[in-house]
Parts: sequence; structure tokens; C-alpha cells
Amino acid sequence: MTTTSLTFPRLFPRPKGYAGIWSWIGTVDHKRIGTLYGVTAFIWFLVGGIEALLMRIQLAKAENTFVDPETFNQLFTMHGTTMVFLVIMPLSAAFFNWLIPLQIGARDVAFPRLNAMSFWVFLAGSLIINASWITGNAPNGGWFGYAPYSGVTFNPGMGMTYWIVGLNILGVASIAAGLNFIVTILNMRAPGMSMFKMPVFTWMTLVTSILLVLAMPILAVAGIQLQTDRVYGTNFFNSLGGGDPVMWQHIFWLFGHPEVYILILPAMGIVSEVLPTFSRKPLFGYPFVVFAGVVIGFMGWFVWSHHMFTVGLGPAANSAFAISTMLIGVPTGIKIFNWIGTMWRGNIRLNTAMLFSISFVAMFTIGGLSGVMHAAPTADAQQQDTYFVVAHFHYVLVGGSLLGIFSGIYYWWPKFTGWYLNEKLGIANWALMFIGFNLQFAPLHWVGLDGMPRRIYTYAENMGWEGTNLAASIGGFILGFGVLVFMVNVLVSRMQRKVAPADPWDGRTLEWATSSPPPPHDFDEIPQVEYRDDFWFKKYPETIAEYYGHGDDDPAVPSGAQLDEAVDEESVPVISGGAYGAEATESEHGHGKIHLPDQSYYPFILSIGLAIFGIAFLTDGLVLFAGAPFFIWGLLGWSMEPVNDPEPETP
Amino acid sequence: MWTFLGSDVMFFGAFIATYLVYRGRSLNGPYPSEILNIPVTSVSTFVLLMSSLAMVLGLYYLREGQKNKATLWILVVVLLGSVFMGFQFVEFREFAHEGLTPRTNIFGTTFFILTGIHGAHVTIGVIWMAFLAYSSHRGKLRADNSLDLEIAGLYWHFVDIVWIVIFTVIYLISANDGPPPGAELLHG
Repeated sequence: MTTTSLTFPRLFPRPKGYAGIWSWIGTVDHKRIGTLYGVTAFIWFLVGGIEALLMRIQLAKAENTFVDPETFNQLFTMHGTTMVFLVIMPLSAAFFNWLIPLQIGARDVAFPRLNAMSFWVFLAGSLIINASWITGNAPNGGWFGYAPYSGVTFNPGMGMTYWIVGLNILGVASIAAGLNFIVTILNMRAPGMSMFKMPVFTWMTLVTSILLVLAMPILAVAGIQLQTDRVYGTNFFNSLGGGDPVMWQHIFWLFGHPEVYILILPAMGIVSEVLPTFSRKPLFGYPFVVFAGVVIGFMGWFVWSHHMFTVGLGPAANSAFAISTMLIGVPTGIKIFNWIGTMWRGNIRLNTAMLFSISFVAMFTIGGLSGVMHAAPTADAQQQDTYFVVAHFHYVLVGGSLLGIFSGIYYWWPKFTGWYLNEKLGIANWALMFIGFNLQFAPLHWVGLDGMPRRIYTYAENMGWEGTNLAASIGGFILGFGVLVFMVNVLVSRMQRKVAPADPWDGRTLEWATSSPPPPHDFDEIPQVEYRDDFWFKKYPETIAEYYGHGDDDPAVPSGAQLDEAVDEESVPVISGGAYGAEATESEHGHGKIHLPDQSYYPFILSIGLAIFGIAFLTDGLVLFAGAPFFIWGLLGWSMEPVNDPEPETP
Repeated sequence: MWTFLGSDVMFFGAFIATYLVYRGRSLNGPYPSEILNIPVTSVSTFVLLMSSLAMVLGLYYLREGQKNKATLWILVVVLLGSVFMGFQFVEFREFAHEGLTPRTNIFGTTFFILTGIHGAHVTIGVIWMAFLAYSSHRGKLRADNSLDLEIAGLYWHFVDIVWIVIFTVIYLISANDGPPPGAELLHG
């Protein structure tokens, strides 16, 4: 609703330039927003990791009294909430932000200011949830907040209110980000890049974004219903008033299961980029990988009740959900075989990024198999709420998502910063994480099948669980040490500063076509796309015939005319200073020529308003009036602010 | 905007599903059959649906470049939206007077939260339209940036369509819902 010439009085000058804290607060550059996401999420990752290690200390021996039961409840609730909403999702968002415009050959996302708002709102939500530690009211009802344990009758403290308010604010950020990436991917691809020439990471981002946009409102509904139950005494989950606690489980898991795929699909996308690059082969069965991702995103909506097999929904519902859950293993299996097929007979380079990706495939397979095990309701009746389930979802979330994300970090780090991460420390990082992870979570399968319940702060001495738990705790610390090595690696590599070229890995996709790090406008000249893995085939036109020569039904096969043109000397890009113009500097192609949105501080102001609204629910309704000025100021200022100020007359 | 509406579909969908699942499960009155006033709500429904017509006309005249007519029709949208909100306000007050609040029973909970959330959407729409009417009056909203009005219109039509669903499931389908079997045993 921008009306370009209505103006709103500014209290601050519009931030300009690329230095200083104001340039970060006002930034609308997708790369800087990606960095903000990444750094913030990594800090929360350390917080969540410390929470996990405290729990592992407590469980290292039987009848331990390191933390009391109430603290333990808070630790597992906050560990789960932090790792899901404040670590894996925003780390994925960091990659979306950094890579999507680069991979599709765009200059920024579709709505740069909305993108900035997503980050600031995310920051506000994450701070509110974690502020609960300071006020001594950390949420304690589990990351899924089951009613009635999360209701005011059984949980009178403020903890779950922090949880609800924080998650609803995070939901706003996620929906806004999801919208932004859907529109960006659908509308802003470089000329020639049809949907089936998009990199797989872009595809997975699209599917994830659609899931975000459709799933997060359901979480918002669950949150609103629980909040009105808690504060205004409504009856949504109150059986005395006709409500039903099982309703919470349905609504939460209707959000919660698509959420699982929101967490894993970006990592699948990352791995689908890393494996082909380091195998020096195109991704095996690209359409199958893409369609498998889409099918996972679609079927993810029909499996939620497998979290509720022991509720007693009856044999018909249990059977239906068991079948759909087992079916969803099929597209996942397709992907695994395609990744293996990609590596098969490839010219493999085993560096840190590749090691992380291969471990992803292996660990995710284990996690997937244990998932199929409790897709059977009868087996699940034994495994429900035991450490077997904990082992399962850590194999897919840590062994899957997190290893995938670390692979992405090592892979794209030179692109993000312009220098390499140290390979020796990188391999130490990988080895420690891989060994620590397996030592921590593999034994939990055994104690889980033996019946050790999750979410219980201790266990008796005579259960025979002490050895396995001690091993798991040691593994946890090795994993933590691996993360420490990563941080050391960043510092050491920063001092060594081994400069990376534009295309350090002999990459395949468009992000490698611009300099490292990319200029603010990403591409001097918007690339023309003809092939899938366009950048690769323009580097090595002789391989076009090898991969596409005899596949007339392949959607990516260029017509004969295009083939000729591609081999033509003129259109073959040279890495530096060629058609893709990697070496051009900002001074040559500055803002004067390339249209970039100006910075804006209104998204930040709007987020402050939203954060104060959240605080109002935690303190007093009157605080709403403190947030309203910020909110209205941000909204009006934003809607009346032109995307670009008129260029000042240069003398 | 289409993607946002997709998101909002899920939002309302979850609330409406909650309502349908909980339909007829109130353990004490007032029950829907005792309290819903269908003729009055039909009038307010008619008012809201007519605002969609005004919306279409506003966009049409804006594109035709007829500023005053466009402004007028956008103001009609604001007016009809406000009238609808007035109806809802009176209805809520009436229900509270007759003893139905969000705390009374599960019908009250689901009814007030669902229609209240819809009312909040209408309110946002009314404020948005008022802003656009002002822009149009000042000549800042013109045929060349009529997309702004079209997007707002999409939102407005969406909120109307949601109301059609809500009106159907709450007022028409549940109109005869009384106490569930066995409820009288609870109250002796």
C-alpha cells in the first residue's frame, strides 16, 4: 500500500553506507541479514548446547542430584525449543538469505525490508523466550507444551506464557520469511532459469517456505487457544468446560510434523549441492530428488497422528497414519539412493564439507530407519516416550539437519567471507562431532528399548542403565568439544586469512559466478541461464554433450540452437572479469547504476513495537500502549517510505 | 498477498476445525439453539457481502481515473465494514448479557475466539481502507498504482469469504444445537 509520494516525518536520517552499527540495524541486504541470522542462531546454539550438557551431567550417573527436577524440566523444555526454533530454523534461514538470491541470479529478495523485519522479529522472540531464564520462570512443559500440563491449573507459573508469547512472535518472523522466499523464488529467477533448472537447494527452500507459511499459523492458533485458556479462562483444553486436551495434541502436531520437514529439507538441499560438487558429477536423478522433496512436503501433512499412537485414537486412525508414515519413507529413501548414486564413480574429493555431507547421508539413514520402526503402532506403544524416540529424532536432527548445516558452513564459508576455513581443524571438528554424536546417541537406542523414559530427571541404580548413560554423557562432551574446535577454527582461519577465489570448489551453481564475498549488488550483470548447473556447463562446455547429448526428453536439455550458442566463444564466461564480471568493484559499478533498495530502520522499529506487545502479555496489558507508538510509527513510516530516496543532485 | 492469504486460510482453518470438532460438546447452556439470532446476523452478513461489491466498484473507478467515485466507493467499504463491526459488538454484548461468555462453555470459547479473530481481521481491513480512501482523496492513489487497492481488495474479499464459511458453520449448521445427550445428568 505504498503511496509513493505521501511522506511520513523522519526522526532519524535514513541510514546510508556500509559501516557502523546503524548500517546493520538499517540493513536490507540479504547477505547481511543472513549473517545476522547465522551469528544469532549460533549463539543460541551454544546456549542450547549448554542446556543439553547440563542434562547429560545430571544423567551421567543414577540418582544424581546435580540439578533438581524442576530445573531439569526447564532444561529439556528450553533445549528442545531453542534447538528447533532458535537454532536449526534460523541457521537454515541464514542459508536461505545468503544463497537464494545468489543461486537464482537475483540482486536481493523480493521484499528486502520485510526480510529485515523477519530477522528483528525473530531476535525479539528469541530474547523473550530466553529472558525467562533471567526472571526465573523458564518454560517447563516440554517443547510441545502438552495440555493440560501446560495449562494454568497444573502449571501456574509464567513459564509457559513466555513460551507461547515467544513462539507466536517467532511465528510472525517465520511466516514473513516464508512469504518472502516463495515470492522471490517464483518471480525473481534469472532469465532462462525455469523451475527445473533451479538448484536443488533453491527447490528445497521453496518447499520449506511453503511449509512455513502453511504450518506456522497452526502453531499460532494453538498458542492463542492455550493462552486464552491460561489467562482468560476459556475452555479449549479444559475438559470440565467441554474441551479436550487431545485437541492440543492434534493441533500441535498438525503444525509439528510439517515442522519436522521444515527442519530437515534445507539440510537435504545443502547436501544435494555439496555432494555433486565434490563428486564432480551432476546430481543423480535431479527430477527425482526434487519431486521427492515436494512429495515429502505434501505428505508431511498426513502423518501427524503418529505422534499420538498411544493416545487411543482407535485402530482405524492408527492404521491410516501408520501407512502414511511408512509411505513417507519412500521419497526419503529415493533421496538417499540418489545421493549415493551421485557419489558412485564420482571423482570424490574428501574435504570437511564432503565428510559432513557423507555423514549426513549415513546418520540420516539410521535415523530414518528407526523412524520406520516406530511407524508401526504396536512397536511405538513400547517405544513411546522412551530414549529410543530421543535417539531417533537426534539422529535426524543432529545427525541430519545439523551435520548438513555444518557441511553448508564449510562449503559456502569462502563465498560468505572471502577466505577459507582451515581444513585440518575442519577435519578435527568433523571427527569430534561425528564420534561424539554417535557415542552420545547410539547407546540411547538400547536404554530406550529397555524402557528408560525420557523427561525424567533421574533413574534408579539397579536398572542397568548407568554404563550406557555415562557413555552418552561422555559423547555429549566430545560433541561439545567438536563445536568448540569449530569456533577455534573460525578464529584461526580468520588470522590465517587464506584468500578464496570466486569459485574455490569448482562449483556448479550461480553463486560461484560472482566474487567472494559478493558485492552488495551480487551480480554486475544478471546471468543468462540455459542449463541446469549452468555455471558448470559454461565453464566446461565440452561436458554438455556428455551429460545432455542423448536425453531428448530431459527438461533441461537445450535445443540445438542453444547448444551451438553455448559453445560459442563469446558466451563462455571467464571467471574473472568476464561476462559474469566477478572482479568488478563497487566503485566501478556502484549504486549509481544498479538499482538497490535503500536501507531502512522502520523494520527494526516495528519489531520493537511487536516485542513490547509480547512483553505486555507477560506483564500487564497496559504495556500494550507502550508498544503501540513504536508499532504504528514503524508501520506508517514503512508504508510511506519510498524504496529509494531520490538521488541527490551531485555537483 | 496470495501467499499470505494461503497462510491465513490455515489460520482460520484451524480455528474453524476446532469449532467443528467441539460442536455440540457444551456441557451447560446457553446452547447455540437458545442464543443465536439468525435473522439479525443474516442482515450483518448481507452488509459485509455488499462491501465486497463496493470494493470492486472502487477499484473499477480508480482504474477509470474517476477519483471522486473511487474515493466514495472505498468509503462505502469502510462504512459497511464498520456497520458489520457494530453488529458484532451488539451481538457480543447481547450474548454476554444472556450469560454466554468465552468462559461459560466450549461453545462460548470457540464462538467468541473464532468470530473475534474474524472481527479483528475486519477491523484491520477497515483501518487499511480508511487509509486508502484518504490516499485516494489526496490523489496519491491513482490508476497507475491501483495495485495497492487491488491487494487490499484481495484481503477484503478473503475476509468476506471466511465470514461466509463462519456464518455457515456457526449460524446455519449449529442453529438447532441443544444440549448433548446425557448433559442433563451432569446437572442432576
